[in-house]
Amino acid sequence: MALVLNEDQALIKDTAREFCASRAPVSQLRKLRDERDPLGYDPETWKQMAELGWAGIVISEAHGGTAFGWMALGSVLEEQGRQLTASPLFATAVLGGSAIMLAGSEAQQAELLSQIAAGELTLALALEESPLHSPFGSALAAEKQGEEWVLRGSKQFVLDGHSADRLVVVARTSGSAGDREGLSLFLVPGDAKGVTRTRTIMVDSRNAAHVEFDAVTVGADSLLGKVDQGADVLEPLLDRARVCMAAEMLGTMDEAFERTLAYLRERKQFGVVIGSFQALKHRAADMFTEIELARSTVLDALSALDEDREDVPMLAALAKAKVGEALHTVSLEALQMHGGVGMTDEFDIGLFLKRARVQEQAFGGRAFQRERYATLAGF
Amino acid sequence: MKLAFTREEEAFRDEVREFFATALTDELRQAGRLMTSVYSDKDVALAWQKILLEKGWLVPSWPQEHGGTGWSLTQRYIFACERARARPPALSPMGLSMLGPALLGHGTQAQKDHYLPRILSGEDFWCQGYSEPQAGSDLAALQCHAVRDGEYYVLNGTKIWTTHAHYANRMFCLVRTGRFERPQQGVSFLLVNMEDPGVRCEPIRFVSGCATQCTVYFDNVRVPVTEIVGKENEGWTVTKYLLEFERGGGAAAPGLLEAIGNARDLLAALPEADRAAPARRLNDLEVQVHSLELTELRTLAETERTGSPGPASSMLKIQGSELSQAISEVAVELVSLYGMPFQPDAYRLGSNVAPIGPQEAVTAVPFYLNNRAASIYAGSNEIQRNIISKAVLGL
Ligand SMILES: Cc1cc2nc3c(=O)[nH]c(=O)nc-3n(C[C@H](O)[C@H](O)[C@H](O)COP(=O)(O)OP(=O)(O)OC[C@H]3O[C@@H](n4cnc5c(N)ncnc54)[C@H](O)[C@@H]3O)c2cc1C
Repeated sequence: MALVLNEDQALIKDTAREFCASRAPVSQLRKLRDERDPLGYDPETWKQMAELGWAGIVISEAHGGTAFGWMALGSVLEEQGRQLTASPLFATAVLGGSAIMLAGSEAQQAELLSQIAAGELTLALALEESPLHSPFGSALAAEKQGEEWVLRGSKQFVLDGHSADRLVVVARTSGSAGDREGLSLFLVPGDAKGVTRTRTIMVDSRNAAHVEFDAVTVGADSLLGKVDQGADVLEPLLDRARVCMAAEMLGTMDEAFERTLAYLRERKQFGVVIGSFQALKHRAADMFTEIELARSTVLDALSALDEDREDVPMLAALAKAKVGEALHTVSLEALQMHGGVGMTDEFDIGLFLKRARVQEQAFGGRAFQRERYATLAGF
Repeated sequence: MKLAFTREEEAFRDEVREFFATALTDELRQAGRLMTSVYSDKDVALAWQKILLEKGWLVPSWPQEHGGTGWSLTQRYIFACERARARPPALSPMGLSMLGPALLGHGTQAQKDHYLPRILSGEDFWCQGYSEPQAGSDLAALQCHAVRDGEYYVLNGTKIWTTHAHYANRMFCLVRTGRFERPQQGVSFLLVNMEDPGVRCEPIRFVSGCATQCTVYFDNVRVPVTEIVGKENEGWTVTKYLLEFERGGGAAAPGLLEAIGNARDLLAALPEADRAAPARRLNDLEVQVHSLELTELRTLAETERTGSPGPASSMLKIQGSELSQAISEVAVELVSLYGMPFQPDAYRLGSNVAPIGPQEAVTAVPFYLNNRAASIYAGSNEIQRNIISKAVLGL
């Protein structure tokens, strides 16, 4: 159990904090939104992130990464969360990268991981087919025809799917939607024939594409892992996603809280700062407590990934549930304590609320995580 | 609530239900369903207002000689329930529910004669100018000032968060006309012509993407001295009277019950296994809303007797707003990711852009976001709790 950062990790976090605050701050997200940027992120910033080694932070040195580990990646994501930074890091390094690391053949790993680490390849995970997170709910069919696979169906809410170079597609090769068995993973070029991607701009100004697969044909070398055994990859992949999303949410929450504290110290009504009212002070103290509890769960979940511990699934559910709960409260309180200005688009705090609602739902909401935690704990 | 209605009351309910069924045009019905806040757009609100006026049901609580219906408490309650069921667009409350009662209580005969009919007809569309950048919760800190110049007041300063100011041709506002020991003294209640060249109005975009509130700047606006309600420097009395009406005295519960019903419909779309937790949450909320409903009825009865809901209206405001927020939150969870795309074109009235996901999901998130303001406006819920603890409990 490592509940504090070591020196390397602390250094990475400081760098990330400084970088995100100066190169990828909230104002950058606003700009992307207001200019209706077709990509949804700034490619120059992404390039710089890759130069800092972030894209390959959990990739081995043999494959061109830095292998600093999950604690380090979590720290970077936390800082991105703090600035609501839009970047392909999550979809590429956490989702796509994990799929390749967990399931890729030697050849696939050799080809793709170094490209990811270099920031030359972006990925996305095409999983959901309904508005509720459903790990095994895929119905999109992959059928074998000779040496090739033909994919038919559609995916929704594919995080950064409109711009990713390749999609990791969760497809059904046997059984039916909801079955754990019978899932297979495929790597499909984003511009493959038969793929239609519709960009959806979400309420948090981020992207989640709708993707149609109309008889998309891919070669045998596109299969990631074993046929019908995709769930063995998907489960640890989603645990990583939950832990990393929790890390990002921690940053979002910290920042929303800090901005609220600053406002409590600055805004005056009745001749005094509003932070002097006990009604608000006690709620701030409660938020502080909840944030600290949430932080502990995130740090332990990240270290469990680094140590490859058996309790990763449970901690992933715990962290996402706990941070989800805390962020929910903090984001609403932040708005309330800002009064009227909190409701305006001009003031940033509302952006945190909107981002929080989307983060909360990603890879399973609070109810999903609590349920999963209880099941894993044997209740 | 299942009140035991008399035969006459049942007949009245049928009449009201029939009215809503026939009077609401398809367009108005759609406008009601696509509401993303407690406000409707001006043209929609006025179209509905006109229909209610013709029927004689626009302002049930006003005295009959000014257009009231003379309904019993039960009849008013029945009307509120049927309205909630029918989901018409919202009327703009500033003239009908705020200034109207204030003039009835504190206006001169000339003001009543001039303004009340124009409020009813919609000829005057009012906004409420209380809050200022530095005077929100601490309303008495307001700085907008009016200086007497012969038969006019000359008005300067800034108002903020003024709902519908960009639609309004009139504003009732609070301005400083004198400096006394207590900040509540020296405030006057003025009626301002928004078409005066010294008035400038800037809409404020909200988190939801909607722009319903404005910042309003006054630059040497000349207001005839006859346009004061109540006495000079004693506008606070009028304001307090009006705020109590704004905060409660209405009936929020029927609408809340309707919203719970709509949320229950969303439940049905979920997989069986995911229904239990939100269903339980809705049950809890329904118990609380029903308790509120009975309390609202009790308060209405009290108000009929004493003329004003009094400080207990703070309690209704807290409950009404927080329950509404809780219900809209469950709705957001129920529509899950279908609520998350930003698609204002899909809920714009008359637009034929197909939404991502089902139609019911389209307004859930913008409504939820706008509804966060319910615990901020009309005196934040923190301020309401301060009022209860001080004015009711004497702490
Ligand atoms: C959608 C919307 C519509 C509105 N419409 C109108 C309108 O038509 N006309 C109009 O005049 N105004 C309107 N308002 C303004 C509204 O009345 C003010 O926003 C409200 O009074 C709060 O003031 P503020 O925004 O300055 O917040 P502040 O007063 O700065 O409050 C900030 C925070 O501090 C808390 N706080 C302040 N004082 C205390 C205390 N003593 N104890 C504990 N907590 C405290 C508040 O509760 C809040 O959480 C509207 C506001 C909104 C959001």
